Amino acid sequence: MHLKLRVWRQAGPTATGAFESYDMPEVSAEMSFLELIDELNEKLIEANKEPVAFDHDCREGICGSCSMMINGQAHGPSRGTATCQLFLRKFVDGSEITVEPWRAGAFPVIRDLSTDRTALDHIIESGGFISAPTGSAPDANLILVPKEVADAAMDAAACIGCGACVAACPNSAAQLFTAAKVAHLNLLPQGQPERWNRVQNMVDTMESYFGSCTNHGECEKACPKEISIDFIALLNKDYLKAQWKNRKLESQRG
Amino acid sequence: MSPRSNISARFDTAPDPLDGRVPPGPIDSKWTDHKFDMRLVNPANKRKFEIIVVGSGLAGASAAASLGELGYKVTLLTFHDSPRRAHSIAAQGGINAAKNYKNDGDSVHRLFYDTVKGGDYRSREANVHRLAEVSVDIIDQCAAQGVPFAREYGGLLDNRSFGGAQVSRTFYARGQTGQQLLLGAYSALMRQVHLGSVKLYRRTEMLELVLHDGRATGVVARDLVTGEIRSFSGHAVVLATGGYGNVFYLSTNAKASNASATWRAHRKGALFANPCFTQIHPTCIPASDEFQSKLTLMSESLRNDGRVWVPKELDDTRTADLVPESERDYFLERRYPAFGNLVPRDVASRAIKREVDAGRGVGPIKNGVYLDFAESIERLGPKAVEERYSNLFEMYERITDENPQNTPMRIYPAVHYTMGGLWVDYDLMSNLPGLFVLGEANFSDHGANRLGASALMQGLADGYFVLPYTIGNYLAPLLGAAPVSTDDTVFAEAESTVRDEIKRYLSTNGTHSVDWFHRELGKIVWDNCGMARSTETLEKALTEIPPLREQFHNDVKVLGDNESMNQSLEKAGRVSDFLEFGELMCLDALHREESCGGHFRVEHQTEDGEALRDDENFAYAGAWEFNGVGAPPTLHKEPLEFENVHLAQRSYK
Repeated sequence: MHLKLRVWRQAGPTATGAFESYDMPEVSAEMSFLELIDELNEKLIEANKEPVAFDHDCREGICGSCSMMINGQAHGPSRGTATCQLFLRKFVDGSEITVEPWRAGAFPVIRDLSTDRTALDHIIESGGFISAPTGSAPDANLILVPKEVADAAMDAAACIGCGACVAACPNSAAQLFTAAKVAHLNLLPQGQPERWNRVQNMVDTMESYFGSCTNHGECEKACPKEISIDFIALLNKDYLKAQWKNRKLESQRG
Repeated sequence: MSPRSNISARFDTAPDPLDGRVPPGPIDSKWTDHKFDMRLVNPANKRKFEIIVVGSGLAGASAAASLGELGYKVTLLTFHDSPRRAHSIAAQGGINAAKNYKNDGDSVHRLFYDTVKGGDYRSREANVHRLAEVSVDIIDQCAAQGVPFAREYGGLLDNRSFGGAQVSRTFYARGQTGQQLLLGAYSALMRQVHLGSVKLYRRTEMLELVLHDGRATGVVARDLVTGEIRSFSGHAVVLATGGYGNVFYLSTNAKASNASATWRAHRKGALFANPCFTQIHPTCIPASDEFQSKLTLMSESLRNDGRVWVPKELDDTRTADLVPESERDYFLERRYPAFGNLVPRDVASRAIKREVDAGRGVGPIKNGVYLDFAESIERLGPKAVEERYSNLFEMYERITDENPQNTPMRIYPAVHYTMGGLWVDYDLMSNLPGLFVLGEANFSDHGANRLGASALMQGLADGYFVLPYTIGNYLAPLLGAAPVSTDDTVFAEAESTVRDEIKRYLSTNGTHSVDWFHRELGKIVWDNCGMARSTETLEKALTEIPPLREQFHNDVKVLGDNESMNQSLEKAGRVSDFLEFGELMCLDALHREESCGGHFRVEHQTEDGEALRDDENFAYAGAWEFNGVGAPPTLHKEPLEFENVHLAQRSYK
């Protein structure tokens, strides 16, 4: 098939960027989108032009490295699909495709399509864990986790940390990312002792980097793992409760 | 000239055997006794020691987190933008542990036995036994961290079976077990980063190992965003940088996975053991075309419920649904009735290759075999099958546009894992004092073939439960010694080596891209040192690699500069290392005149085509010493003694 690409080129974090157009007259519909960029880069190198920088690694939709706005959609047109798992058969022959980096204040551009997503790590650092130092764990089957709970926690834990939710959000909010981690840990029995501190710290950290959530729901649509926006409701509920919970009385719950 | 006489000029053999420093005593008390015998560093003194960890996958993240918890000052380097991206994340099927929760006869001894046998008797018994012992602690640790393992309705942990075992000992989190275990280790790591005990450097790639008086004392790394070349100094260096499967260009490894950290340590004197032990995973999506950038694995767990078959007729062009039951050959079940579709990976891969080579391959370019779920769907219902494998089915459909619920999957083997790696002793220390090597980067536990669901086990065993003990044994006598200053000449020299190398790539101004060279190398090693190897093919590879390497250095085109993100420049260093490593891998394969595990020499097979070992001459780990690029290396042999597992021809029939 024949495709035209408009790709964002930016030499460095402080450089001014601009779109450049490239013609790809003969590509196969069986190619993945990243293989299209590989092919473009080979052509650019041949013409003594610097290749397009972009983040990618596993190409199986699990590492969360790839991150492209394709025609204004995070990871492109396929639902529940990361850029690396998007195939050209999803595009119309002869069309023009616009490719940009994630656009968010918290994700500064490093070069071309590559951005700095360290802010997501900072959210995890502030509470996205269960404190269980190595060696201190009891036998795994001493902690019973009802199947429904384990399944729901797994649904949330499937987040790959790509940042598509932030890129898709008109407010550049990171609610879905944060909610996914909070829900994964707060749903599980192991996560209860740190539940209220976790949600408080993670939300506070999130708000120091990212915009606020106003329930647009774009994040859920963009998420390559189709993580449910319901987890944001759970995040909000726990965050609210954390404000008045007397944490000393937690074990009195009944 | 006979092949034998030809090869003797290619390397020297060291006169003395290599000592793995395995502690004395019976196999099941070695580790317990050794833990007591090792020197300790008291809690207040731990903060006086600085440890550099390179790599943030399961082994690196778990090690850095555990060392940080103990109180050591840890520096972690990862070339990713976040530690969570490491390729451990892509492991699908599960993690083994000898919990015997299924009441089906599992035990530490059985896991140990299966692993030694599965490795075709080319691993070090004592290491494997320790691995089996700590496997149970790993599950406890991960469950406590909140890893959402699959559960039974009563809330207890669920298990499934994997290849090479007749018990169900594999714990899993849907088809994303690697992801969930890595996120567990990553969250423990980030907790330590927050507490200040681990200093994390992202997008920072190690390019040199630094030695001082023969001890590993630091590394030189490049900041992949600014190009800054920087020295890091410590009392010990831990490499957890994964395997070298990408030497084949097409593999299931992530695109950036590489051998540079281990290869550069090798160039500084670390021995590289058994590089020819590479694992070809039987169930991957077949390659479709020239532009293909990587191969995608379909988890081994699928062989629990999928049946492998080909049409009995040669060149059968009917679609799967038109081939009646009587005209199908379920060749794994036929040839290996005891293990059936769950034979180990090396055995399955070779059996599949044989069918495709014989002309019974399926698919548009006849390069695959079927993996069929029809019977399981009928037995369990589509919903139960869907629940077990939904994400794998989705991934398959996304890539091939076919739904495995209706049409059987097509699969073919692909390079997946590398059992070889830097040689380490029982304490996971290389022959260079102070250099520890963990996970896939070392050679220690899997022999010539790794069993499914054992890579995650080994990475976490090394990081959570082995290194935190053994590193203290090395550090204790160094109390009071400051790390070597980064102003020392050893660091200045290493930095200038790195700068010169970068300058060289940027000024070559050749005609071919780095990827072009990588692809060419990949073709050479896959065709000649892939699933079947012979004196002829290996000699061919050894003749073709050196000129390609020379051409690379004269003709590579790397545009741009060092001072900004330059992904071609990053790849140039990695491919340059693969061009040296590939030669050693082929030499190792040529010298090992036997077949074992993933190493199949066509000259050495049984009458029915199974791998034929030569225990008399090759029951050793072959650890190579670097003597210069293109110069004959020196082979050090660590004899392998089997006192607890009886050496036998492996049979899965």
